[in-house]
Amino acid sequence: MAEATTELRKTALNTIHRAHKAKMVDFGGWDMPVEYQGLVAEHMAVRTGVGLFDVSHMGDIQFRGPGSLAAVQRLCMNDAAKLQVGQAHYSAMLYPDGTFVDDVVVHKLSENDYLIVINAGTREKDVQWVRKTVGHMPAVHVSDYSDMYTQLAIQGPRAVETLQKLTDTDLSGIKGYWFTWGKVAGLYNVMIARTGYTGEDGFEIYIPSDEQTSARVWGEVLAAGAEFGILPCGLGARNTLRLESAMALYGHEISETINVYEAGLGRYAKLEKGVDFVGREALAAIEAAGGPKRKLVGLEMIERGIGRDGYPVCAVSGERIGQITSGSPAPFLKKNIALAYVPVQYAGLDEVVAVEIRGQLVKAKVVPTPFYRRPKKAA
Amino acid sequence: MSYPASYRYTKEHEWISADGTAGTVGITDYAQSSLGDIVFVELPKVGDAVEAGKIFGSVESVKAVSDLYSPVSGTVTAVNEELKDKPEKINEDANATWMLKLDLKDAGELDALLSAEDYEKFVSEETGH
Repeated sequence: MAEATTELRKTALNTIHRAHKAKMVDFGGWDMPVEYQGLVAEHMAVRTGVGLFDVSHMGDIQFRGPGSLAAVQRLCMNDAAKLQVGQAHYSAMLYPDGTFVDDVVVHKLSENDYLIVINAGTREKDVQWVRKTVGHMPAVHVSDYSDMYTQLAIQGPRAVETLQKLTDTDLSGIKGYWFTWGKVAGLYNVMIARTGYTGEDGFEIYIPSDEQTSARVWGEVLAAGAEFGILPCGLGARNTLRLESAMALYGHEISETINVYEAGLGRYAKLEKGVDFVGREALAAIEAAGGPKRKLVGLEMIERGIGRDGYPVCAVSGERIGQITSGSPAPFLKKNIALAYVPVQYAGLDEVVAVEIRGQLVKAKVVPTPFYRRPKKAA
Repeated sequence: MSYPASYRYTKEHEWISADGTAGTVGITDYAQSSLGDIVFVELPKVGDAVEAGKIFGSVESVKAVSDLYSPVSGTVTAVNEELKDKPEKINEDANATWMLKLDLKDAGELDALLSAEDYEKFVSEETGH
């Protein structure tokens, strides 16, 4: 009996991915490349050279009008009033209990114009949440522009040199988490943001989502990066790269059952920003009660074995105390690493715990995060 | 993808080559390709018994874990120790990279396994191309 199958969504580059012989997977309802020639090679290209990702499945919600700042401030925990035009920051939309609707990157496009980039798997939920939460607020118009852009991420120490070949905009003048608009591959007014999800330097560009333009720019970026060994990179490498950098992934480190302090993202929650954002009261109460009872920690396996998503974390005595949210071999670090929730009394550095791997207890220890930090560029 | 005609195959993507009651076991080219970069192999010890259709170990790539199923019953006579440090050998040449050598309990069990041709057909049906 065939189950009712829903058609997977495709980005404008789907035929290109298939032509590259990518292995495709269902990612949050999207038919996406998990790897092309190999995850490890793709991961290493981003750490040592440059890699190109299709991240068009990410969503984009725009807020326009004199009330747009008030709407963003009500919705998101970071203080968007601090943003200047052309600047972006990490933030999150919360439920009233301080758990996550989604994590987002807020971009200030102009005085009365903000763009938030949201996750693929949470698009519909996010758009509904935004409309429900701020739809009644005055002088703000909310638009879901998720399908209007092909979003490409060019990431790695050679990303600047690669993209610079395709634009007159001086990319070295764009600081981390800032963006501008420029001509890229002959297209005018392309948003060029120095952002990413790999822990590496790099850019995300937003181009029109028609197949022909998307394929042409994809090809031009690959050609520009050829001398640096550029590789098209899939979601597999995107995941291991962000894990080495200990960046949260929705549905893993953050979700509707995990609050901001547990996730270690309190530094992005601006309780004193003067706007009562959704979730603020709950976060204040958690703080007043002495902080969270469990915390997200980095683990490194010290015995032979790989802790993976969902595996139980135990005290060395065998008592179950928590769970891995993301775990994998780390291709650049060449260690087996994981992020896991454990009670705060087990969260101290060098604490030895055990991961239950198919019935066996395998020792791991708590280590500082991020596991990987990119080297500072020599001046 | 290549599947030597002299080997026999399981639907769980292991191969076995046998000479009398001496068997050699590995995973198929298709298996290594769908797993991707292999980083970890867990195998039984010499002297352990394995049983046809039962799990004898596991193989892990960066992105996934996969159980290994024994094509036949028997006793482990050798384990490829090289795979502890160089599991990527399996990606490089799955047909030539063995995992276990076995003393088969009953060489007749080989008849229940797939020929190269049948295995190739099975894989193309399973993957839809």
